[in-house]
Amino acid sequence: MVDRAMGDKLARLVRTHEFRLLLATLALATGLSIATDTFLTAQNLFDLLTANAFAGILAAGLLVVLVAGGIDISFTATASVAQYLAMTAANAWGLDWASVFAIGILAGAACGAINAALIEGLRIPGIIVTIATLNVFYGLLVFTTGGRYIYALPDWFAQGIWWFEYVDAEQIPYGLNLQILLLVLAFAATAWLLNRTGVGRRIRALGGNREAARRLGFPVFGLNLLAYGYMGMMAGIASLAQAQLAQSVAPTVLVGRELDVLAAVVLGGASLNGGIGSVTGTILGLTLLAIMQNGLVLAGVSSYWSPFFTGLVILLSVSTAALEHRRRPASVGAAA
Amino acid sequence: MTGWRGLLSGAGDGTNRALLATIAAAMLAFGLVVGDGFFSFAAMRSMAFQMPELGILSLAMMVTLLSGGINLAVIATANLSALAMAWVLTGFVPGSEGPAWVAWQGAAIAAGFAVAAAAGLLNGVLIAYLRVSPILATLGTMTLLKGLAIGLTRGEVLSGFPEPILYLGNGTLLGVPAGLYLFAATAVLVAIILGRTPLGAAIVMIGSNEKAARFSGIDTRAVIVRVYLMSGLLAGLAALVMMARFNSANAAYGESYLLVTILAAVLGGTNPMGGAGRVGGLVLALVLLQVVSSGFNQLDVSPFLTLAIWGVILLAVTGLAARRAREGTV
Repeated sequence: MVDRAMGDKLARLVRTHEFRLLLATLALATGLSIATDTFLTAQNLFDLLTANAFAGILAAGLLVVLVAGGIDISFTATASVAQYLAMTAANAWGLDWASVFAIGILAGAACGAINAALIEGLRIPGIIVTIATLNVFYGLLVFTTGGRYIYALPDWFAQGIWWFEYVDAEQIPYGLNLQILLLVLAFAATAWLLNRTGVGRRIRALGGNREAARRLGFPVFGLNLLAYGYMGMMAGIASLAQAQLAQSVAPTVLVGRELDVLAAVVLGGASLNGGIGSVTGTILGLTLLAIMQNGLVLAGVSSYWSPFFTGLVILLSVSTAALEHRRRPASVGAAA
Repeated sequence: MTGWRGLLSGAGDGTNRALLATIAAAMLAFGLVVGDGFFSFAAMRSMAFQMPELGILSLAMMVTLLSGGINLAVIATANLSALAMAWVLTGFVPGSEGPAWVAWQGAAIAAGFAVAAAAGLLNGVLIAYLRVSPILATLGTMTLLKGLAIGLTRGEVLSGFPEPILYLGNGTLLGVPAGLYLFAATAVLVAIILGRTPLGAAIVMIGSNEKAARFSGIDTRAVIVRVYLMSGLLAGLAALVMMARFNSANAAYGESYLLVTILAAVLGGTNPMGGAGRVGGLVLALVLLQVVSSGFNQLDVSPFLTLAIWGVILLAVTGLAARRAREGTV
């Protein structure tokens, strides 16, 4: 009996989107480890994590919005605003870590709340609202700052955080830095929110069937406010990780990367129809895209081709997911 | 003017009247603030030259919105199509005029439209037959097409085209830019397809209720493929005008147009959820956007502030339209 149950569980696991992603990721990683002697080095993996922390933290936030049945593409503008406000304040008033993060998180959450209020208040599609707010946040930021970069960051911020620092044979240091720490925290917080809290279950229910959630008396506006606010918070945190890595604040460099993040979350199995999406899947989606781009570079393919392969992987993924969905009998006549 | 408007929009509805009034108010306001310079020949000409490419791209966006979808890949399609034309024009057209000179220019345009059609068909098949959601499908093709353009050109600019091609972007006939004739003809053609053919009726029906359209015997999949094919071909036409005007092509031109194409369609009365929209409204919305942007430009308002204002206008217009729809007073 126990064996049967285990077998069923295993069979179900094998059919999941996450499992296929895991296989693809492992196959790619194994191939790269054999083909190159630079891929499977602590240095390369450390660099990969650090370089992808910004997109990863944003992906954790976006997952919550997608699970709630919404969509947000304004978060790169939100991140630019949060970054600029936090670092300007840090320079002006000589703040510390906690205050800088508080300002970044609050600014981000405020932008997210504006999105939620517009979507729910005016009842227009999230894609239209966030295309508009992307341009409003970004346009106002560049207009008021004149597009000026901030190069002078406080010393403590420029130094960042280094825990368990280790220096390899070539004197290159690695360890747990600010970017990796924030990335891990972002995914842990998102997993806790979606899987371990009542609010998380309500957000998933809202995304699965909005009308049912409303009739059950769920606070639809409040849940949306939470989902978009959470996305904004993550944008604030990601923006500070990025500013520390780039050692500067540039109001114009983040906007334009929003669709890459959306691509990773969708590749991870989250559905634009809401209700579906997991932290594991999102991490795997991000990993697959990151390893693929890293692998192309290591294999000597020009980095100019990287967006093409990203597009190819997204199209293959959304097509197989749609075909899988169609094969299930329950989906006859499912909404587009 | 009224006859032309009538042809494009049927009986002038509330949206169009409101747009005309806003255009008049905006022109009056800018005329008072900017002075005579606002109505100067140079200002009008620059507006007339910018309008065709944006207008045709907005039509490409509008047909997909009308069917209840969206095409986030319009700009990427236009850029790849322009690069295909530019590649033939810069690589194969002989230096001296003659039959081969003409034939290769025709071949260049054909290559551009072939690329645009292929991109449109890919979107259509993904959405209609594989049932990928339009946002995801066109997001994927957008990344793929832009990636293809970047990979093939290494991000470089292709430039230097023969005279007849440049005429489409910079030439004038009777003082009116050649591109504007092209846009007017395209707008009339799209208005006729949407308003006077079974295909147009089917697109509108699918946009308001896809299931009902299918149960009433419409081959919804074939119609959706045609919608995205039409959107792709329109992007290809915009590519031709854009390439001719800049005398160059690149993988990353015109990316800020994506917001403006949605804005123009929605401002012109197209329901972003599908099922309603008129070409006449879109044309008037484009005129309004051009008047506002030209006025701000002459007042030295930062283009970034203009971007923010357009975002606010999009929110206000969509919000008002949604409210009117809820109250059932349309």
